[in-house]
Order: sequence, then structure tokens, then C-alpha cells
Amino acid sequence: MSLGSVPLKYKISIDRDQCMKCMRCVDNCSYGVYRVEDDKILIDSRKCTACHRCISMCPRDAISLQERPVDYRSHPVWTVEAREDVINQARTGKIILSGMGNAVDYPIIFDRLLLDACQVTNPSIDPLREPMELRTYIGKKPSKLEFTKNNGDIDLQTKLTPNLKLDTPIMVGHMSYGAISLPAQLSIAKAVKKTGTFMGTGEGGMHEAIYPYQDHSIVQIASGRFGVDIDYLERGAAIEIKVGQGAKPGIGGHLPGEKVCADVSCTRMIPLGSDAISPAPHHDIYSIEDLAQLVRSLKEATNWEKPVFVKIAAVHNVAAIAAGIAKSSADAVVIDGFKGGTGAAPKVFRDNVGLPIEAAIAAVDQKLNDQGIRNEVSIIASGGIRNSGDLAKSIALGADAVYIGTASLIALGCRVCGNCYRGLCPWGIATQRPELVSRIDSDVGAENIANLIHAWTLELSELMGAAGLNSIESLRGNRERLRGYMLDQGLLDVLKIEPMGV
Amino acid sequence: MAEPLVIDVKGMHYSPLNKMIRKAVATGVKEIVLNNVLGQRFIGNGVRGDAKIIVNGVPGGDLGMFMSGPECEVFGNAEHAPGNTMDQGSLIIHGSAGDAVAHSMRGGKVFVEGNIGYRGGIHMKEYEGKRPILVVGGTSHAFLGEYMAGGLILVLGIGNEPAVQDRGIGSGIHGGEIIIRGDVDDKLLGVGAKKVEFTDDDLIRLTPVIEDFCGRFDIDPKPFLDTNYSRIIPASARPFAGKYTWE
Amino acid sequence: MCGIIGVIDRTMSRMDGSSIKEALSLMDERGSGEGAGYVAYGIYPDYADCYAIHVFFDNLLEPKTKVDAILEQWGRIVHQEEIPTYEQPRLKKEHISWRYFFKPYADQTVGTTNPDDDNVKHLVMDINANVEGALIFSSGKNLGVFKASGWPEDVANYFRIEDYKGYIWLAHNRYPTNTAGWWGGAHPFNLLDWSVVHNGEITSYGTNRRYVEGHGYECTMLTDTEVVAYLFDLLGREHGLPPEVVVKALAPPFWDEIDEMPEKDEEFMRTLRLTYGPALMNGPFAIVVATKDGIVAFTDRIKLRPLIVGENGPRLYISSEEAAIRTMDPDVEKIYMPRAGEPVIGRVIE
Repeated sequence: MSLGSVPLKYKISIDRDQCMKCMRCVDNCSYGVYRVEDDKILIDSRKCTACHRCISMCPRDAISLQERPVDYRSHPVWTVEAREDVINQARTGKIILSGMGNAVDYPIIFDRLLLDACQVTNPSIDPLREPMELRTYIGKKPSKLEFTKNNGDIDLQTKLTPNLKLDTPIMVGHMSYGAISLPAQLSIAKAVKKTGTFMGTGEGGMHEAIYPYQDHSIVQIASGRFGVDIDYLERGAAIEIKVGQGAKPGIGGHLPGEKVCADVSCTRMIPLGSDAISPAPHHDIYSIEDLAQLVRSLKEATNWEKPVFVKIAAVHNVAAIAAGIAKSSADAVVIDGFKGGTGAAPKVFRDNVGLPIEAAIAAVDQKLNDQGIRNEVSIIASGGIRNSGDLAKSIALGADAVYIGTASLIALGCRVCGNCYRGLCPWGIATQRPELVSRIDSDVGAENIANLIHAWTLELSELMGAAGLNSIESLRGNRERLRGYMLDQGLLDVLKIEPMGV
Repeated sequence: MAEPLVIDVKGMHYSPLNKMIRKAVATGVKEIVLNNVLGQRFIGNGVRGDAKIIVNGVPGGDLGMFMSGPECEVFGNAEHAPGNTMDQGSLIIHGSAGDAVAHSMRGGKVFVEGNIGYRGGIHMKEYEGKRPILVVGGTSHAFLGEYMAGGLILVLGIGNEPAVQDRGIGSGIHGGEIIIRGDVDDKLLGVGAKKVEFTDDDLIRLTPVIEDFCGRFDIDPKPFLDTNYSRIIPASARPFAGKYTWE
Repeated sequence: MCGIIGVIDRTMSRMDGSSIKEALSLMDERGSGEGAGYVAYGIYPDYADCYAIHVFFDNLLEPKTKVDAILEQWGRIVHQEEIPTYEQPRLKKEHISWRYFFKPYADQTVGTTNPDDDNVKHLVMDINANVEGALIFSSGKNLGVFKASGWPEDVANYFRIEDYKGYIWLAHNRYPTNTAGWWGGAHPFNLLDWSVVHNGEITSYGTNRRYVEGHGYECTMLTDTEVVAYLFDLLGREHGLPPEVVVKALAPPFWDEIDEMPEKDEEFMRTLRLTYGPALMNGPFAIVVATKDGIVAFTDRIKLRPLIVGENGPRLYISSEEAAIRTMDPDVEKIYMPRAGEPVIGRVIE
């Protein structure tokens, strides 16, 4: 018996009149869609992932791509995807692996939040000509100022603990060397240095090419402890304990052996070609006090000179968990929403587990505020931040700063085809193959990512200026400046915002 | 010459007052003296012609707004935005003034003997023969000449060393010039403003303005007739260029 | 747009309310007749050690019974009476104004260094949030707020403020936009010794409000100004910061200015800014805050609202307009405009 084939996902065609047979498509496609026979370019559309590499490299705009060229009988419940997944699993009996973030058509809360602007009663501020402050400090803050009075002079007693100083509240989140290529990571490193912000190294150690940018790196320690030694910890400007990830809350990670090339093996400090498996939990954290202990241990090891962040996936009880983290010595809580990207995640997790970041920020900010400790710890939000509007709304809901991930990869060429786990990324991002990796020039990549951060920073300044705010502190948690558009009362209550018109 | 019209404006609302001024000017009165002025706004608002209005006291905001021709001399301090969108004529203030002095001024001159507040000369602009002039004897607070699109701002800094020490000078400037006595710390320059040398030619151009100002306030102009000034001009006529990309 | 004026006599010599009424009325143009108010310090010498609690009652039945019960639970009512008022044709009486002179019991609160103030703060928050038909709008010692919806001169005549003598006066003339001109929304706002008058709008209100709410305050006045009183109470009273430091927390220098400061000052300002980031106030404002020890005035960091200072001997005047100061004191000697975010402080000399 045969189930036969399922219809093509994408159909590639070439306008033969336009085509000049330069063969760039053939050379560029790492998935093997194109081959040449008898001076003719032949197409195997079934291999196409819609990565757009061929299309973007074609000098004649001769290639077109059609999604779902064959219709299924339409059905509102048994969607095309549902049917194809069943067929796939009936064939294989396996967990479906997927890349990038949540691909289910949930309403995006960001798109139902509206920002405010000034009219008459307060002037909007033009950021071109008046000071606009986006500088953000990430780390613990004192609850109050301690000082002594000395003949009318004030002597400060409070000593600030180390904070990261960001010129813009946009950081690039943790994507490990291994998951992405070295030139991709290097592009990010150069870009964050250029824009006065920080990047996460991910759980994969730090390649020596990144050392010149280590002052702009946040080193990550995850359950696999790959590449972690005291040198690594000391290199980072901050240390992040990764407990969970928005794309796959509750499970660990897995870098397949074929991606563990010589360089990756040495950076991660594992044998060549072996799988790099991160367990689901940290096996020295089975409870909140264990987390506090790990935080303190990292601080002891680094002489209390580094801020320590704790990253959790946004899950149902995120607010209480974040409050528990805030009461440890941790300096920042990173919340990763369920739209966050990943190199590889079981599809069922990616699409069904966790919470959107918007609700998670609001819930965590509220819980910390109720306890009177909101300002003492920073909140970093990530998972599906697509533009400066999402950024501004995240901050108004209560975040100090955001991590971007997918957006920074798109700036390197990524077209969100979602095949990262195959290691064939034709853009040279999610691959370790030398011939693909060499497609990224880290100077150009850095320019693109820095441009993106710069453009969002400009737009955020404009949005703040329009709202009459010249300091990012005054946007943070300022939910008066948000209104909900077609959100139900329950969600409005969670977000602590009013509906539009109020 | 006809007798001046003298009005005691104590307790008077600005609206009947301006009616009286306008009527007097229309009937050919050349000089109007207002005594006991205290807080009346809009004095000389939109008045045309070549009359002279003398204000004794402290006028309210928007003194001489839209004024086109007359000379208004104030013996006292002025409040918010004297010379706002003024077209022609002059404001001579024997005292200090508030924020946004000469806001959007299009022509004529505003002389302030003392200090001015924030955003002096904001968005002053010139067109063809009209070139507004703001001269300040004392000092200015921040954002002097913000968004300036034309005209001249001159700050002499009498009694102030340095003449200006507040930030944001010429922030967003895309036309006109700001001349400040002595040196100006580069960190006080706003976005889009640049400092250039003040030359002998500049002095020749500025001399009549300096002499006019000093003459009005009985100050010896000689110590000011040298090239010890900083000249601040736009780095570009298009400060927004390079900020946008097409969708 | 609103108009503000304040005066302190640093020798604590007391002035009646007639001249500040004239000064505020001069700025009628800045208001809309929907709110005006006055606060004076030193007006109740006979009850100087009692909290003078001014309440707007919708009626004297249920709300007052509840307020009486709460006060009696928390302390002793030394004296109470209706605040004398005089009908004005243009002013619609919407509430009965009442005053209690109140002494809290000493043993009600633990874990605080100033239990009396904390008790009174708590019951003010409690009554304003939970007793319908009652609003405490003044709760300090030897001071009183008088305010209503109306023009400055009508409100002054309604309460006949020339009958009160104080060494500090603040007055405010309101042009409301965000909330209707209700009596509670008129300025000054007061909590304990703190009184605030404010011109402008606080665009950071949402952030500031969340911050004070995280520290035990409840915002019930439907307007942004009350948050200033709570910020001063939190930073000034509970955290003990001197007023000039509170001002530096609420309207700090810009980072580029902080970066240029000498090391010790830089560290102080950076620490202050990081500690009190959510208290930073944004938007256009000119604010005058009074306590029994003095007044402090400041504007927003880029000076979007006017503020003029005048001095004459022991008297320090602060106003939106110079003409108002000159109305109060034609012989005022020194007039100047303070820098943005720079505190102007007038302290009493004991």
C-alpha cells in the first residue's frame, strides 16, 4: 500500500525568456532544487523551502515561486497542515521537528495595542532637536537611597551593583555558535558593539573570534553547560542562566552531531561529531532556592562583578516564577514568549506551549509592582518582537529592554523558511558548512544589523517624542499610553490597560 | 507733532485696550503711552503702521504678536513669547523676557536688554527681503535658535561669562545664523548646528546691528566691535535628510 | 494651561489670603473657571498638634458616619466643624466642606519610624478609596486646603480665605482637560504636610502611578497631580531625601550632563537616577510643593512650562507670571527665571 506523495508546498518556475543561464540559482540552492542537464536548468520543486536565496540572487528576476499550487478540499477543521502532519507521522511514527517560532495563526496582541500621542495639553517632543534618552541600565537597583548627612552635605552610602549600560533598549538574544554560523554570530557581535548594546552568546561557549567583542556579550549557562569554564564566565559582560526557551518550554535542546564540526566542538568543549544535548532542567536546579544558589555561585566565581540574568519561558505561572527569581540575587529576569524563534523545536511545543510575551510582560511587571520591587530588578522581554512598535509596546507594558533574534537573522538574509535544523541554510546562517558559511561577510552583516537597531532606535525616539516623553524610564510600565483594540475584558484586565476610547 | 495718547491701563482687560490702540493708530496717533501695565497680554497684537507704543510695566504674554510695523518699547520685563510671529517693526525691551522670545518671527527686530528664557528665536525664518533679528544683551537659556530657519540671533552676554552656557544651541537649525559673544563650548551645540569662524566681513555686516542695539540701551558699542564672537550656522539646510527610507 | 502662585515668608510671619487671591485672579486667563484652590500653612495655631483633616462630604449622613467611625477607630477627634463658607452666585455648592482636628493613637502601626503620619496616610487612602461620598483633600498639621470648582476669586470668597493667616500660601487656577472640573480635582493636592500645585501634564503619569501604588499609595483623584504629592511623601518623608534631592530624582539632569560631572557627583546622580527611575517625571510641568518647613518649585527637564521667582526680604514668590508676583508685592526686588529642573527652595528660618 502506498500513501503516495502529498502536493507540492512550493512550485518554482523560471521565465525562460528572461533567464540568461548564469547558473546563480544552481550554485546558490543548497537544497538541490536546481540541476543542469544538457545546458538546461531543471527544477525539482519538491525540495524547495521558500528560502528565496535563488530569487534574491537571480539578476533577471526570472524565478517565481508559488505557494500551495495544488488545492486540497478546503476544510476549516482539517487544515492542510493537519492532514499533512498526520500523513507524515503515519509514515514515520516520529515527533515532527520544526524551526523558527510559533506558526499558528493566534491573534497577535501587539497588533491590538495602540500607542498614544500628544495633542494640545502637552507638546510632543521632536527627538531631532531635543534630548531623547534611551539609555537603559540592566541590573539590580536599590530600593531606596541610603545616605548620611554631613554638615549639609550628603554622603552616598548606597553602592550600585554592576549594571549593563545600553544605549538603546534593544539587545540581540542568545543564538549559539553551533546553532548559527561563526560569521553570523560575528556580525551580531560587531553590530552590538557599534550600537552600544549587547548580544547573547547562547549556550555554546565563546569562539575566540568573539573575544574582541566580549565586553558586549552576555554569556549563557544552560543545562548542558557547554563551553562553560571560569574564563568564559569572566569574559562576559553579564551571565545568563537559561532555564527555558519560549519556542519550547519545558524541554531541552539538541544540536545534532553533524553540526558539531571541529570549531564547534572546541568552542563547546565536546567531542567532534557528537550530539550536544541540553537536558530539560538544570540538574542542579530542582527548586527556586537551588536557582538562587546557582546565581550566587556564579557571582562568587566572578567576584560579584557581573550581573546575572535568569531566562525563563513564558508559561502560565510566569509572574510568580519571575517574582521568585527577583528575590534571588539575580539582576534581571528574561521572559521569552511563545512566538520566540529556535533552530529546532518539536512542532507540537512550538505551536502549543507557553504564553505570548505581551501577556507575560504585563503579568510579571504587575506582580513585581504589587510587591513593591519592580524597579529593583530588570525585565528583558523576547519572543516575536518584529518592529519598533512591538518594542515600544513591550516597554510600555513593563519591559526594560528586549532581545531580538529572528529579526536580526532576517537582517542577515534569513527569509524565515523554518528549515534551520537541517543545517543547509543557504544564507550561511543556520549551518556550519564552509561553502555556505562563507556567504556571510561579517562586516556587511554587522552593518545590516546595526542599521536595523539604529532604525528602530530612531523610530522609538519618534514614538516617545510624540507621546511627550524624553526618557525611556517614563515609557516603562506606562500603560496609560496604551489602549486595547478589540481585546476582551479578561485580557484588558491582565494587561491592565483600558480599551480604546476610554 | 501731535500729543501722545496716554492710557492708564491699571486693571484693564487687554481686549478693550487693544481696541483703543488700534483705533488710535487708525486715526493717525503716532505715539501711545501705556502706564501701569501689569499682565495684559497681546499688546500691539496684529497692529500695522508706524506708531510707537510705550509700555510702562510688565506686559503679559505674546507681546507684539503678528505686529507689522510699529515700534513697541517696554520699560519692564516681558513674559512669554514677545515678538511671536512678528512681521515688521521692533520690540525694545528694557528688561528680561520669558521663553520662546521671537517665536516664528518673520521680520523686524526684537531687542532684549537683559536675559531671555528657553527656546529664544525658535523657528525664526526669513524670506526674500524679510530677515528677523533678535538681539539679547544678557544671556539665554537652553535651545536658543531651535529649529531656526532664517534670520539673525545675536547674544552679547553682558555680565555673563561665557555668554551662553545652556545646551541645545541651534538644535535643528536649517537656516539663519546665531552669533554669540566669545567662545561657545562645542558640547552646547544642538543637533545639526556647526560653529564657524567669525570673520572681519561678519563684523562689518553685524556692526550696524550692534550699534543699533547699544544705541537703544545707552551702551558703549566699542567693546563689542571686534571679532570675538562665535558664529553658529546650519550644518545642512535639510536636517531631516537621511532620516527616512522608502517603504 | 493653569496658573500657579506661591509665597513663603521665611521668618514665618503670617499673611492673610487677600493678596494671593488678587494675584491668582490676575491669571484668570490661565484657567477656565472649573477649579481653583488655596493652601495655607500656620492657619490653625490652636490645634497645631492635631492633623487638620478637611473632607468633602456629599451629605452628612452615611459618608460622615463612616468617616467618623474610621477616625474614632484610629484615634481621637479633638474637634470638628463645618468649614465656614459664604455663597457665591457663580459657584455651585457640590459638597459640604468639613474639618476634623484629629490625633491618631500611637500604637496602631508597627515597623515604622513615624507611626502618626503613617496612620493618617493609611486612613486617607482608605477613606478616599472606599468611602463613597467622602473625600479627604487636606490632612496635614496646622494647614488647610480650600478648593472648589469655580473662578479663583469666587473660590476665595466662598471660603473667605482672607480670614486665614499663614506663612506659606500656594494657589492654583485650573484649566482641566483630562478630568472634569470636579472639586476633588482642583489643586492644591495634599497629603499630610505635602501640598502640590501643578501646571502642565505629566506624560509619565502611568509609570509614576504604578511606582507609588507599588509602595502603598492609592491614586483616587483621577488626575496626574496627586502622584506628585505621593512621590514627595515617599521619597521625602519615608526615604528621608532632602527636597533638593527629591527634585533631582523627579527631574534629573540628562545622562550626557551626568557623564560630564566630577566623579563623586556623577556617582551620586547615576545612583539616584537608577534608584528612582520610575519616579522620573516627564511632560510639561511647573510644580510648587510645600511642607511646613518650606517650599520647593521646579519645572520639567526641558522647561515646557513657565516659572518665575521673585524675592523681597524674607519673602520668596513663585509664579507662572511675573505680573502675579507684582500684584502680591509691587516692591518685589529680585525677579528671575530658574533653569529647567533646577529646584528653587525657600526654607523657614526658625
